Amino acid sequence: MNDEFGDTFPDGARVRADRHSATQRPREPSASSGFGSPGSDFTVKRIDLNDALIRHPQATFVMRATGDAMVEAGVWDNDVLVVDRAITAAHGHLVVARLDDELVCRRLVMADGIVALESAEAMPVRVVCNEERPLEVWGVVTYVIKPMLV
Amino acid sequence: MFALVDVNNMYVSCERVFNPQLAGKPLVVLSSNDGACIARSNEAKDLGIQMAQPWFQVRHLVKSKDLVALSANFELYADMSSRMMAITARFTPVAIPYSIDEAFLDFEGIPGDLTEICRELRATVLKELGLPTSLGLANTKTLAKLANHIAKTCDRKPTVYGAEVSARLSQVCNFAELREAELEALMCRTDVGDVWGVGRKIGEKLRAGGVKTVLDLVRADAATLRREFSVVFEKTVLELRGQPCMGVEEAPSAKQQILVSRSFGKPVTHLEGIEEAVSEFASRAAEKLRLQDSMAGAIQVFITTSPFRANDRQHSPSMTVPVRPTADSRHLVGAAVRAAREMFRPGFNYTKAGCMLLDLQAKQAAAQQSELDLFAEPEPQSPAAGQAKDRSSLMDAMDSLNRRFGRGAVRIGSATTAVANDSGAASWSVKQDRRTPRYTTRWDEIPRVRC
Repeated sequence: MNDEFGDTFPDGARVRADRHSATQRPREPSASSGFGSPGSDFTVKRIDLNDALIRHPQATFVMRATGDAMVEAGVWDNDVLVVDRAITAAHGHLVVARLDDELVCRRLVMADGIVALESAEAMPVRVVCNEERPLEVWGVVTYVIKPMLV
Repeated sequence: MFALVDVNNMYVSCERVFNPQLAGKPLVVLSSNDGACIARSNEAKDLGIQMAQPWFQVRHLVKSKDLVALSANFELYADMSSRMMAITARFTPVAIPYSIDEAFLDFEGIPGDLTEICRELRATVLKELGLPTSLGLANTKTLAKLANHIAKTCDRKPTVYGAEVSARLSQVCNFAELREAELEALMCRTDVGDVWGVGRKIGEKLRAGGVKTVLDLVRADAATLRREFSVVFEKTVLELRGQPCMGVEEAPSAKQQILVSRSFGKPVTHLEGIEEAVSEFASRAAEKLRLQDSMAGAIQVFITTSPFRANDRQHSPSMTVPVRPTADSRHLVGAAVRAAREMFRPGFNYTKAGCMLLDLQAKQAAAQQSELDLFAEPEPQSPAAGQAKDRSSLMDAMDSLNRRFGRGAVRIGSATTAVANDSGAASWSVKQDRRTPRYTTRWDEIPRVRC
């Protein structure tokens, strides 16, 4: 699956530790063509998905979605979530939060004096946060990566 | 001004970030082969579990006290560590990692309220990584380390220094803000064994001589101390008195890890150069390891570009390779070189590299453990029964040649990695029944979120 993407995509187990600590992706070695390098001072950088998907490299984690309660928000079972902990969660954000000893993905509602986590399905379920059950946001979902090849 | 930042109960805290069920529970992390407790949550400490206590001695607490034990997940800890180090580097250009969970920061020339800056650093690490830290600030490294100890004690046990003091100094403790009388009161209540550089032996000797608290040591006669102890220890005492003797890169070695790292004279752009550097660093680390009769269960390797070369693109990967506990340079060098090859990318100006040995354990304990471990894989490539012995005498010979002819006289060539690969550390599977997923370094082990 996703062979075209080599080791940069979610299903390749070859991706290693440096992926997350690296702030920039290197360019490819350029000296292998028979034409020689047309000016080694000028280097271009191939488009790198990390630049687009990761704003805060140290604070960004990837997680796998399981379940169908967020399909209306565009999150399908088995999608990969890009989760940024540096962003402060606000009303309307898709968040990863701690709920009853597990991590869940929900829509954050902060309106009319109510703080709640809401699912996104045909019949949305809302869990209101209060003193007994305080809101504990783990991170904010910034992107959803989904496999489209069937 | 120096600051020492470290993560409270690092390994345990890393586990809790990804598993909310572990919050508030007594939790220990076990060494390779699940032999001994190498990290404890505060709740586990409160149960009386000691550092390095063998697992079989505390195992009964699983039933009686809901103790949770996990196998060490060094890939996770090392990745969280490199994130933490990168965050600290935002607050000062001079942030030197000292071990997997601590770094010295030099605030020379940084304007502003340093206590506030450190509180902000703490809040940032907590928000971005979920890891709680403690910070100590002072004008010498030894005092910064002591301030860190006090910051942590105030946070965990407010009764030790009193509620009012603890409220003020917990989490971030800046000695520069204290009056001398208050500093002395703190030192008077702090055991001399809590001073950086006072090991078990020195501590016993000091106590026998009537030096029981940090204040006793500060007030002890310098000439006597110099006679009784080493020059290095004299530095420790001078630093405690507020006289800086150690630069930010200089430090007595940490107990739990061995770190060898160095900046290159000029940037290295080729894999061969990187391989050579990490080979040397891993060899030196292995030599230190053997000197203290220990074995390592993992090696972390990092290479980095310089954030001060503003026009350079940056690449600072780090990778941890678990190995079956070993003190053999060849295995450690082999693992280090493999990691370097994996991480190296052409087109970058690398300016520094380092190797850190992790999961250190006493050689005898490790040996006993593997003897007892019926299901452990036999040592690969050891058809001859005496091979393990041969190997350690080879290492002994190497060490004595290096002592005699100077460091690096005899080296493990990175060329020998082919051999190391075959018998290789990576192919040895360490027994880790309770290891959590490597959440941040393996795509097939990323955390699951219920939707």
